[in-house]
Amino acid sequence: MSGELMVQDHPMDGLLRADRLPHIWCPGCGLGSIMSCLANAISESGTAPEKHAIVSGIGCTGRVAGYLKLDSFHTTHGRAIPFAIGLKLANPELKVTVFSGDGDLFSIGGNHFLHAARRNVDINVICVNNFNYGMTGGQCGPTTPTGARTTTTPFGNSEPAFNLPHLAASLGAVYVARWTSLHVRQVHRSMLNALRKPGFRFLEVISPCPVGFGKSNEIGEGLDEMRMYRTNSVVDPDADLQDAGIDMQKESPIVLGDFVDIERPVFVPSGVDIA
Amino acid sequence: MVTAEAQPRVLTGQHFMNGDIACAEGALAAGCTFFAGYPITPSTEIAERLSRRLPELGGVYVQMEDELASIAAVLGGSWSGAKAMTATSGPGFTLMMENIGLGVMTETPCVVIDVQRGGPSTGLPTLVSQGDVMQAKWGSHGDYEPIAFAPASPQEMFDLTITAFNAAERFRMPVFVMADELIGHMTERVTIPSKDRISIVNRKRVPPGSENRLFYAPDEDLVPPMPIAGDGHAFHVTGLTHDERGYPAGDPLVHDRLVRRLTHKVQIAEKELSQVEELMTEDAEVVVVAYGAMSRSARQAVTLARERGIKAGLFRPITLWPFPYRKLRGLANQVSRFVVAEMNLGQIAREVERHLRRPATWVTHAGGRMIPPEEVLLALQETAR
Amino acid sequence: MVRTQYRKPLDREQVAVPTGQVFVIVERCKGCRFCVEFCPEQVLAESTGINAKGYHYPVVAPDKEDACINCAFCKLVCPEFAIYTEAT
Repeated sequence: MSGELMVQDHPMDGLLRADRLPHIWCPGCGLGSIMSCLANAISESGTAPEKHAIVSGIGCTGRVAGYLKLDSFHTTHGRAIPFAIGLKLANPELKVTVFSGDGDLFSIGGNHFLHAARRNVDINVICVNNFNYGMTGGQCGPTTPTGARTTTTPFGNSEPAFNLPHLAASLGAVYVARWTSLHVRQVHRSMLNALRKPGFRFLEVISPCPVGFGKSNEIGEGLDEMRMYRTNSVVDPDADLQDAGIDMQKESPIVLGDFVDIERPVFVPSGVDIA
Repeated sequence: MVTAEAQPRVLTGQHFMNGDIACAEGALAAGCTFFAGYPITPSTEIAERLSRRLPELGGVYVQMEDELASIAAVLGGSWSGAKAMTATSGPGFTLMMENIGLGVMTETPCVVIDVQRGGPSTGLPTLVSQGDVMQAKWGSHGDYEPIAFAPASPQEMFDLTITAFNAAERFRMPVFVMADELIGHMTERVTIPSKDRISIVNRKRVPPGSENRLFYAPDEDLVPPMPIAGDGHAFHVTGLTHDERGYPAGDPLVHDRLVRRLTHKVQIAEKELSQVEELMTEDAEVVVVAYGAMSRSARQAVTLARERGIKAGLFRPITLWPFPYRKLRGLANQVSRFVVAEMNLGQIAREVERHLRRPATWVTHAGGRMIPPEEVLLALQETAR
Repeated sequence: MVRTQYRKPLDREQVAVPTGQVFVIVERCKGCRFCVEFCPEQVLAESTGINAKGYHYPVVAPDKEDACINCAFCKLVCPEFAIYTEAT
């Protein structure tokens, strides 16, 4: 046994565009961890990486497409889901994952999320929720908790935040789960479950955003927010999703779990034989 | 569902066919396998036709929740290898502009049909105009060189949709067919040739099995071969300015070089793309420039003018963008007087004057009805004097 | 190696606890300290030195050379792909 050995390469580098590392995300940001879970899940999914495609939108989370060594598409703000639908319908063999942020998917992209879930299109959607628009410097978004300070809510956010698992489940998503970027084993397992299932799958992963959100809301560094996930989260897969909103107060629990895992007919365009 | 009674892809024969339907059939003849759209008058018939024909032929028809989703799905379908298209009108064209820009920047082949109607805004949903032709040139932000065609008959709806698909595949970008409500809703003779007589262009594809390629390094024609999702290339596509690997590159030098290449690849092929019809221009003393539905009225005006002893001619751009300026300037060597007649307040007129470097007479109307030949005749008479 | 076990498994004589070797890619680290904080065996500590970007990277803490059990939590949670373990 010895101390640490210093090396140049990582075992996951085969699925990464390692020539672009280190990535642009801030120290303490959870995106790298979540991307790590996805890379592992894809390599264990039973489908060759060549048949996976990643579609992302605009935002820090959207940059994931540029770091994974797969057919990857960094599209326009909010339009990752319909782009992914086009990819999938034109080549049903592809396993398409949309990986984007809370603003991209639920603000500008909200309408597309609604209809894709309603139809149960066969795509896997991963939303990294860091409670703000990080890339543009930390403005409020549809998941910003009430009262939080952001650069566009200097007096505290006056709006209620979206409860994403509740929304997804109410729209009929066949797989709904929420974890944090601390719970990497569960994130990895949920991603594997999702990749092996047909239909509209949704995974929300909460992530620290120390520069965009933490700094304005007395959370300190990414590590402090991770500590908060450790103490404040409650794993309750049978929770009533109506109560699964997040307010990021020191006393309130963050409800985590694999909430929904059901079967529904998968979307097929009208006129196509359901063989 | 693919049935035994399904009609063949190419409906060879003589037809009495509606313009929108002819456009849909042209798409099918060109090899279209994917349509994503949203209903909007006066283009809806294209969607309705393809909603039946595409599934019968094993293709995909999907109605999306809005035009933003439609153009996004079209781009996605194209990256999976499909010949993809959508059809819309002014308001939808406006909504699609951001992703048209994405299609230009990422070099994604696809076709967008704009069956123009009166604008701006909701305007005249059921009536003709030519108000979007400049939008086809400048509608999305940033610099780019679009390709657009203006059919003047249901026959041209068929033919030019095929031309548009071929141009999209050849130049790897969204290509527009700038139709209008009059042509879209008109019924006329359409001759559909046999399948082997229709020439089809397919995109240059990166052969499966190549890895670590510079996916955005162009060939000599300034167009890179296109990788397709699922072929094992592990390529990256982004709307950000990118280098030849396809990776984001926030560098002014890279940006200028990329944007220039995206415009040059079309500009250097202006002659190849340029389609024009000239009527009685050989001895003309005054020429009317008109395109699309308006050219039909202008054609009649030329006849009326000739009957009155005016040596009039018609210059009809079939390719709207890149504007066929070479042929226009060539004509201007012998003709000094020009009239431009269009169903907008002078969009191509500006372009004509810019290329001629002299004023033309404008015959304009914001839309809703064809400008009658008599009005064009009046302009010809006054200009010829 | 002495391990503190609050609940002693009945088969602890038959089952071997895995051991692991820590590998660090120094130049990728951004000093977030997730690995240091969340390692279940507290194997890691911040280095005294810094990498080229000025971050303290993880090193095996004094007397912890045999402590790694190859759970690979650090490998999964590290946002920078800067650390991993292998079985020894």
